Amino acid sequence: MSTIAIPNSATMHHDDHAHEHHKETFLTKYIFSQDHKMIAKQFLITGIIMGVIAMTLSILFRIQLAYPDQSFPLLEVLLGKFAPEGRLDPNFYLSLVTIHGTIMVFFVLTAGLSGTFSNLLIPLQLGARDMASPFMNMLSYWLFFSASVIMLSTFFIESGPAGGGWTIYPPLSALPKAMPGSGLGMTLWLVSMILFVASSLMGGINYVSTILNMRTKGMDLWKMPLTIWAFFLTAILGILSFPVLVAGVVLLIFDRSFGTSFYLSDIYIGGQALANEGGSPILWEHLFWFLGHPEVYIVIMPAMGIASEVMSVNSRKPIFGYHAMVYSLIGITVLSFIVWGHHMFVTGMNPFLGGVFMITTLIIAVPSAVKTFNWLATLWRGNIRFTPAMLFAIGLVSFFISGGLTGIWLGNAALDINLHDTYFVVAHFHLVMGSAAIFGMLAGIYHWFPKMFGRLMNPKLGYLHFWLTFASAYLVFFPMHFMGLDGVPRRYYAFTEFESMQKWLSVNVFITWAAILGAVAQVAFLFNFFYSIFFGEKSTQNPWQANTLEWTTPVERIHGNWPGEIPTVYRWSYDYSKPGHDEDFITQDTPLSATMSSNLPHDFEGNEEAERIQEQWNIEHKNVDSREEVK
Amino acid sequence: MNIYKFLNMKKIFSLFALLALAFNQVMAQDAVAGAVEETSKTDGLAKMVSYYLLIFLLICVFIGIVGKILAIYDLTKKIQGKKEGIKWDNINGLIFAIFLVLGLYGSYWCYTVQGAQILPDAASEHGAKIDSMLNITLILTTIVFVITHILLFTFAYRYKFSKKKKAYYYPHNNTLEKYWTITPAIVLTVLVLMGFFTWRGITNISKNEMASAIQVDVTAHQFAWEVRYAGNDNIAGNKSYKLIGSLNGLNNLGLDLSDKRNYDDLKVTEIVLPVNKSVRFTLGSQDVIHSFYMPDFRVQMNCVPGMATFFQFTPTITTAEMREKTSDGKYNYQLYCAKICGGSHYNMKFAVKVVSQKEYNEWIKEQKPIVTDDMKKEYQLAMKDNLATENKIALNN
Repeated sequence: MSTIAIPNSATMHHDDHAHEHHKETFLTKYIFSQDHKMIAKQFLITGIIMGVIAMTLSILFRIQLAYPDQSFPLLEVLLGKFAPEGRLDPNFYLSLVTIHGTIMVFFVLTAGLSGTFSNLLIPLQLGARDMASPFMNMLSYWLFFSASVIMLSTFFIESGPAGGGWTIYPPLSALPKAMPGSGLGMTLWLVSMILFVASSLMGGINYVSTILNMRTKGMDLWKMPLTIWAFFLTAILGILSFPVLVAGVVLLIFDRSFGTSFYLSDIYIGGQALANEGGSPILWEHLFWFLGHPEVYIVIMPAMGIASEVMSVNSRKPIFGYHAMVYSLIGITVLSFIVWGHHMFVTGMNPFLGGVFMITTLIIAVPSAVKTFNWLATLWRGNIRFTPAMLFAIGLVSFFISGGLTGIWLGNAALDINLHDTYFVVAHFHLVMGSAAIFGMLAGIYHWFPKMFGRLMNPKLGYLHFWLTFASAYLVFFPMHFMGLDGVPRRYYAFTEFESMQKWLSVNVFITWAAILGAVAQVAFLFNFFYSIFFGEKSTQNPWQANTLEWTTPVERIHGNWPGEIPTVYRWSYDYSKPGHDEDFITQDTPLSATMSSNLPHDFEGNEEAERIQEQWNIEHKNVDSREEVK
Repeated sequence: MNIYKFLNMKKIFSLFALLALAFNQVMAQDAVAGAVEETSKTDGLAKMVSYYLLIFLLICVFIGIVGKILAIYDLTKKIQGKKEGIKWDNINGLIFAIFLVLGLYGSYWCYTVQGAQILPDAASEHGAKIDSMLNITLILTTIVFVITHILLFTFAYRYKFSKKKKAYYYPHNNTLEKYWTITPAIVLTVLVLMGFFTWRGITNISKNEMASAIQVDVTAHQFAWEVRYAGNDNIAGNKSYKLIGSLNGLNNLGLDLSDKRNYDDLKVTEIVLPVNKSVRFTLGSQDVIHSFYMPDFRVQMNCVPGMATFFQFTPTITTAEMREKTSDGKYNYQLYCAKICGGSHYNMKFAVKVVSQKEYNEWIKEQKPIVTDDMKKEYQLAMKDNLATENKIALNN
């Protein structure tokens, strides 16, 4: 097989070079590339690798939870003194939980998701040759890469990785005496996060400026696909909230290394009273969650955008309520800045504030509900093609419903008293932002794989991957709700110490095996992904018969995206199955004059001349109402 | 430069072979270097690992074979003149339908079987209100959960792809959209109002009620709870973190012995509460954030260093009654730490009991003052020294 594939690809590349003006070296093409498509691929592959690592970490701590009394000599071989006698060390368990969360939230679902698809799709779907600042884009990736390396390097230091939970609340994270994970590991965690935020800001500024300034002719804001809307609002959210995290992190570094007291007060630890007075850990919580809550929308909104696009393409139907979809995204963006306090109902924050944050939190459920109903309406009377991307998009909707509904419980301050920091929370966010966002990302990968690599992924492996992952995610997270309702706190190393938790041990075994099944299922994806990059079936230019501009570019992915002029946009991107048209899709660069038989009065946007021409055409062709014709 | 050059299959295979060899080498070296029993240990391990790897590879090969069979089946169908091979859209649609049925049954099973394992009824006044809110929310969300999933999966099944039909061009319907914006908004408003008043009822307590409640002072530290009752005056005496460990190490709470209100405070080794009496917990921490979580009473509040937090509630069911209710003779109320606080976060135990007023009165009589005679002696000694050196605070370490 390889002998067939290689000559083909070699000739293909030869052609590439013929078109280019300057010769690219391996270094400028694959490493320090400034081409948005290559940077997207770099983000994607780094994100996938980080995702696999974070998933492996989760399997390690799931094994501990399922078999708290059992020794696994293999763990000692792999982890050394982090797993003495083949059992995880309690502090290392917390480090695993912390790094799993950090990597998944930031490195996979923020950088891996936004970084990949914003970079890939913004220029391609808007009709731009590249990003506003390709150099900054490259820097953004390399800062992200450095952050990843630093984050992972903490596994190789003596005191182990950071262990204070992904929210790293001080004083636990500020005092090296409090736990081994608050030593050098935490310092590196903070350094890594600063690099990460720098990367994220450079990306975000680039996305916003590209979207605002570099749209092709005809592409006004209301003709943009929902993916672009989602990336746009996500980038704004990131630009406004990430700097606050940096502020918090810098203050924490000061507290840790320079003896300030921003977060520390009245502490007696390790047989010694510390000099710090007047600080408050609540300040950190405010700063952290001011980013932390928008962050969950930074994670889910691009996934929502991708799902909207994929569902519309594969239902062969316009997305239902395009304007409502955009307004609900805007609503979520604005509201997400004023709900952070719902993470802090029982932290000692003034209870009156808790009441206010509860109100804002439950308001944000309204735009979320609108999105869900619109997705359902998009499927209704569609002609649904179950490509793997479509399956994952439908999975996203399911997770978003299941996880979103429990948000109504947790957003209620009174209910949160008993659910806060229990497994109920774990179940909630793993469904609504973990599983849903990762499904959005996978949908995007399956859908735009041909655009990235010029080849198709194997759909059958995709089906296998979807069904195993979908089932195992529910098997893992659904039972956790009930553990939470029994008051089982999260981040517990073992359930053995309390009699009342013994009844959940068998459930833990079940969940662990479901998680292992889910992890093994990812092998189907990884194989499919990497194999298809080189040996997958060659893609056609527009394999999904989609309307958006990226499918008007050649399969060969040239620098500058379009060999000739950039196409002009004449219509929105959702003209699927339009009555009167012979095909079930009309690409965005098709002028209205080419689709006289299917134009609707609304399409002319009040252009009287165009309306007159259409009327005349209708009379000539006895096309009284194009909608009638189809029925 | 061409990346494909680097990815010659043969080279990959030889790389694998090399890796495998290196792995063997390392394992062998380990075996040689280790002691005799170590050798047998790692030997068994390598066998076990390769055994599981082999099983995994077998599964992969099996899946590969199934894939090939499907491909061949597909081809033969095409050769026979049928335009399409396997109709994957139909199969996936069908799996969605099956998934819906199994999923609904699974959810029902979880609700009944695992739902039976959740906390019993709230053992506190405000907890009962929380429970009724929780039930309303549970019912509403379950209805939405079931309906939306039925719609989602039946749409997927019902509208699966067919070449013969065309999808219905239906870009928007403003009336419909208004309905499904306003309905959730109304339902959520109701929930918000209920939640808001319940929350205010729990947290907004009048000065009189505060003063009349039994005062219990809880100090958390890694990894234990220190609890003192406020004694006869029902006011806990002052403490300062700078005094912790003073009095020759006896003062582990940092009590300020110049404050007379400290002398009647009681040190306890379990929390015992009289039923139907309001109790006010003042919470603090000496080192990192902990969380005072008693799920049976629907009580949780973080313990924050440098800042006092409070939770006031009224227990309504005694431990004995609860044991009867749950028909579990060993049932105990629990106090957990719910905020990650370090290595032994999972093991911060403290016994909690609710008893009748009479039992409580008897129990409280037996509790010893927190300021022991030894502490008093040390304090007097320190005061003498301090008078001599004209120091103000009795720091003795």
